[in-house]
Amino acid sequence: MVDVTDPAETRTYPGARRPDRQWRVDANGISIAVHEWGRETDPPILFAHGGFDFARTLDVFAPLLADAGLRVVAWDQRGHGDSAHAALYSWDADLRDAVAVLDAVSRDPLPIIGHSKGGNLVLQLGCALPHRISHLVNLDGLPSRRSMPDLPDHQRTKLMAEEIDAWLAHRRRAARGQRKPGTIEELAARRATMNPRLERAWLEYLVTVGGRRDPDGWRWKIDPALRMGGFGPWRPDWSITRLPELGMPVLAVLGMELETMGWGTRPEDVEPQLPPRGRLVPMDGVGHFVHIEQPRAVADMVLELLS
Amino acid sequence: MTNPVVHLTHARIRLALHELRGGEGRPLLLLHGLGERSPERVPDELAGWPGPVHALDLSGHGASDVAVGGGYYCEALMADADAALGHLGEATVHGRGLGAYIALLLAGAQPDRVRGAILADGPGMGGAGPMPSSPLIVTTVDPPPPGGTPDPWALYELSRDPRPPDYASTFARQASVRSGLDVAVAVVGVNRPPWLEAVLAEPGVIECGLVEALERFAAV
Repeated sequence: MVDVTDPAETRTYPGARRPDRQWRVDANGISIAVHEWGRETDPPILFAHGGFDFARTLDVFAPLLADAGLRVVAWDQRGHGDSAHAALYSWDADLRDAVAVLDAVSRDPLPIIGHSKGGNLVLQLGCALPHRISHLVNLDGLPSRRSMPDLPDHQRTKLMAEEIDAWLAHRRRAARGQRKPGTIEELAARRATMNPRLERAWLEYLVTVGGRRDPDGWRWKIDPALRMGGFGPWRPDWSITRLPELGMPVLAVLGMELETMGWGTRPEDVEPQLPPRGRLVPMDGVGHFVHIEQPRAVADMVLELLS
Repeated sequence: MTNPVVHLTHARIRLALHELRGGEGRPLLLLHGLGERSPERVPDELAGWPGPVHALDLSGHGASDVAVGGGYYCEALMADADAALGHLGEATVHGRGLGAYIALLLAGAQPDRVRGAILADGPGMGGAGPMPSSPLIVTTVDPPPPGGTPDPWALYELSRDPRPPDYASTFARQASVRSGLDVAVAVVGVNRPPWLEAVLAEPGVIECGLVEALERFAAV
């Protein structure tokens, strides 16, 4: 139990810098929180975070781009970070929210980066709005069939039944769910199960920028109605088939160390799909969170693409 | 005359479940089509059902809440119908168009409680087809009608969701294998979008008239 008479607990992390500006945009009734690093007059670059992440996970990466003369704009997706919790969450809704941010930043073409689910989002943005996206960077966000187990039919049927049961059970309690409170260390330990390769000091820092301190302890701000995984008709190949359609310069980065939150996509899955102006960079010894494990190297690749 | 209404909660949405006719026995649960709402009385063609009849307004429709900012998808609506089953217990489910697709998903997800799904023609039967079309991001829609429903975001999003045939047939298989019924799904409509063609190829799925479907499932 947190002693509420303590002064606010804080953590620092080497290189981490809070955003220079924060503002909100209304996306059809959902209030989206936007965070910016760098001078407001510098050319903008957008960043779409991954599922269960939030914009402040860029506190180390974004300042590297800002210091190179970019205005880095990242938003918390609905239900994540400081954005409003919604009644429903869907792919189309996330895309619409992204366009609300894009519209608020610039009507001119601009570069966009996406990590994981955010990488998948920017692929679709690049195809749907090619006149708005000048350069596209996908950080370990290319789903592949490798993540789908190859199972006999009867076993797949059983797995699906279990998945539907679990999903419906989650939906039934989604209205009254609450995230579990704990100390900074406890929340960091919980997150470490999703981020096993990231330093504990970093995860503790994230608690203080992605959590809120209630009287009974820290809680992640993310909507408890959100659930990892799920089921539906979506197929991974529906995403990667967007890649060859892109006409702008594209950088795709793969973290070669397999981990829970990643897709396990290999270079040979991506190479045949690369567009004419695409570059693929597999990073050996790096996991799914390439921009957090290797912020300098990834920032340099982004800057090279823009140059 | 106003029908009794029970308000149910699914996630943060309040749903309206209308009792169109009371009585003893297993209820018939009606799921409307895209953009429709629950009927005010038992439709003539369903009057032969021997038990009570209830009708659910799906999210964004009728007297149910809208999801602010949209985000509608068929599996969420299936969870709406699951909330209705939670209230009714067992039911035979009749769906029109979008409601037919939701009835199929529900029959596969809750095979112990759905004692027969009747799939009828209606608005929103096809969705986007077997796979997504070229991506299109619509950021504004017409204002909602007076009363707020149907939510324009529901109309937009639920008319363009992909419905792969093999995905739909998985739910038909779940319904057949896990319900213990000889016939778990009856297709009474005329239209055959690709997902429904695939469902018809599964064991435990038949084509028949509405009267036969009602009699068959009433006897289960």
